[in-house]
Amino acid sequence: MMRLPKFEYFAPTTISTAVKLMGGAGMDGQFVAGGTDLYPNMKRRQQTPRVVIGLEGIAALKRISGDPLSAGLTIGAAVTLTELIENRKVRKYYPVVAEAARLISTPLLQNMGTIGGNLLLDTRCNYYDQNYEWRRGIHFCLKKDGDTCWVAPGSKICWAVQSSDEVPVMIALGAGVKLVSAKGERTIPVAELYTEFDGIRYHTKEHGELLTEIILPPTGHWRASYRKLRRRGSFDFPVLGVAACVWFEADDETVREARLVLGAIAPHAMRVPEAEGMLVGRPLDDASIHAAATAAHAIAKPLDNTDFLMYWRKEMVRPFVEAALKDLRHPRKS
Amino acid sequence: MAKKLKRKTQKVHIAFTLNGEPCEVAFAPHKTLLEVLREDLNLTGTKHGCELGECGTCAVLVDRKPVLSCLVLGLTVEGREVTTVEGMQLADGSLHPLQTAFADLGAAQCGYCTPGFLLTAKELLEKNSKPTRDDIKEALSGNLCRCTGYIKIYEAVELAAARMRGEAAEVPEEVVLGLK
Ligand SMILES: Cc1cc2nc3c(=O)[nH]c(=O)nc-3n(C[C@H](O)[C@H](O)[C@H](O)COP(=O)(O)OP(=O)(O)OC[C@H]3O[C@@H](n4cnc5c(N)ncnc54)[C@H](O)[C@@H]3O)c2cc1C
Ligand code: SF4
Ligand code: FES
Ligand code: FES
Repeated sequence: MMRLPKFEYFAPTTISTAVKLMGGAGMDGQFVAGGTDLYPNMKRRQQTPRVVIGLEGIAALKRISGDPLSAGLTIGAAVTLTELIENRKVRKYYPVVAEAARLISTPLLQNMGTIGGNLLLDTRCNYYDQNYEWRRGIHFCLKKDGDTCWVAPGSKICWAVQSSDEVPVMIALGAGVKLVSAKGERTIPVAELYTEFDGIRYHTKEHGELLTEIILPPTGHWRASYRKLRRRGSFDFPVLGVAACVWFEADDETVREARLVLGAIAPHAMRVPEAEGMLVGRPLDDASIHAAATAAHAIAKPLDNTDFLMYWRKEMVRPFVEAALKDLRHPRKS
Repeated sequence: MAKKLKRKTQKVHIAFTLNGEPCEVAFAPHKTLLEVLREDLNLTGTKHGCELGECGTCAVLVDRKPVLSCLVLGLTVEGREVTTVEGMQLADGSLHPLQTAFADLGAAQCGYCTPGFLLTAKELLEKNSKPTRDDIKEALSGNLCRCTGYIKIYEAVELAAARMRGEAAEVPEEVVLGLK
């Protein structure tokens, strides 16, 4: 058996107790929601918190509330991916969020994994997501216990890959997150939850902060899509994710604003302003979509630390961006 | 109010419903539900494969939903309802229609994946009594089988569903004996 290391477990029922417990535990503590990222990592000794604070019993983190037509929808951080996929409002007004959740892992893991855990998913790498003995065999690596990056030897930073399917989607939609700690609370755009620094310090959340909710923007003249590349139709993490969101003028045709986000090819999800610029001020025609896909392809520089050849992953950026943007054409026109 | 559990060197003691019966068990607090079932309750029907969420053979039902027992902390099932393959039989002690159909159609070869498939399919049929082939594929897409190639498993779920709807579903001879 691959066993969990020893730790102390707490099951608070309120947000305030959870953050207080975390304050007391300091760097030894870690929150757990579904555990589908943390527990495998603990079994492989990539993460070894001595105090684990379970969020499952906190009812306030399990609510979906609000009105998509006015202020937007608020999703509790501990809502499971299955609950997200099955929620009527999410399916109707934010189909892209439900679709990205449906593409995550497997139905069994979706019953356990949460949206908050997904936004804070650890970055991934072929040299890191291995058991302790395997990693010891290569003298570990920069991200944990070692001093060399085996993907880019000589690199001072870690290139482990941002691998969540919802992160690019939430950035494209301009969603927000609320973070609560013993010191107070703050709400920031999801885009600001991540650094562009490296795969070790990949998020800006302070250690003691609890992610309590995700705030989706109200519906309007926008549509969004997500395309995911992976080897199998189930189980696999993305090795490329493309999220697109386009706001249209009142004619529902001319693009007013566009956001294109590439996931799973770098330590952070990348917005591609060069590609977005190609789309604005004109309809989503073949020429503008082609120009945007070319711009995205040019900036994508995946490294050799996931499934598939990195060159092929880069080549896939073009057709995947094209497909994601074509998904946004008005249903009548496609 | 936070529930503080005892120091890590001590065992925790929990009560829950296991296969329809009240159950109490004590174990080290960092054990997974999979470990508790197999090692502390001697219910070895639940199999261990990858132990990392990547195969589905350890699936059990917690409050009627299939989850991976290798990634559930044992102490979090306190007060909840857990069903393992040992609890699949019907009230009169006969096999569940899914179990019968798996046996009739040879949907199990080595059988290692079977408990996980049975429990996952059980929940599907409780939600949807007439699933399409695609519904079945989707619901079972988190369970790996190295032997059958899946087709017989899908056919067995369809056969069980038909029988549970009260339809007189026969097993075609060629499914069992091959084409004549
Ligand atoms: C086989 C397998 C396949 C997978 N495939 C995919 C995939 O295709 N796409 C994908 O995106 N993910 C995938 N995952 C990863 C994971 O299952 C999901 O990302 C899931 O949504 C994580 O949520 P969780 O609640 O289980 O996270 P947890 O493991 O509970 O937590 C993850 C991290 O976030 C922290 N955390 C969780 N909630 C909070 C909170 N509210 N506040 C502060 N910190 C918090 C934890 O401390 C931990 O560091 C896969 C996992 C496995 C095992
Ligand atoms: S990118 Fe380099 S440092 Fe980061 S996990 Fe992989 S091998 Fe380790
Ligand atoms: S043993 Fe739990 S998923 Fe493989
Ligand atoms: S019957 Fe052998 S793994 Fe499925």
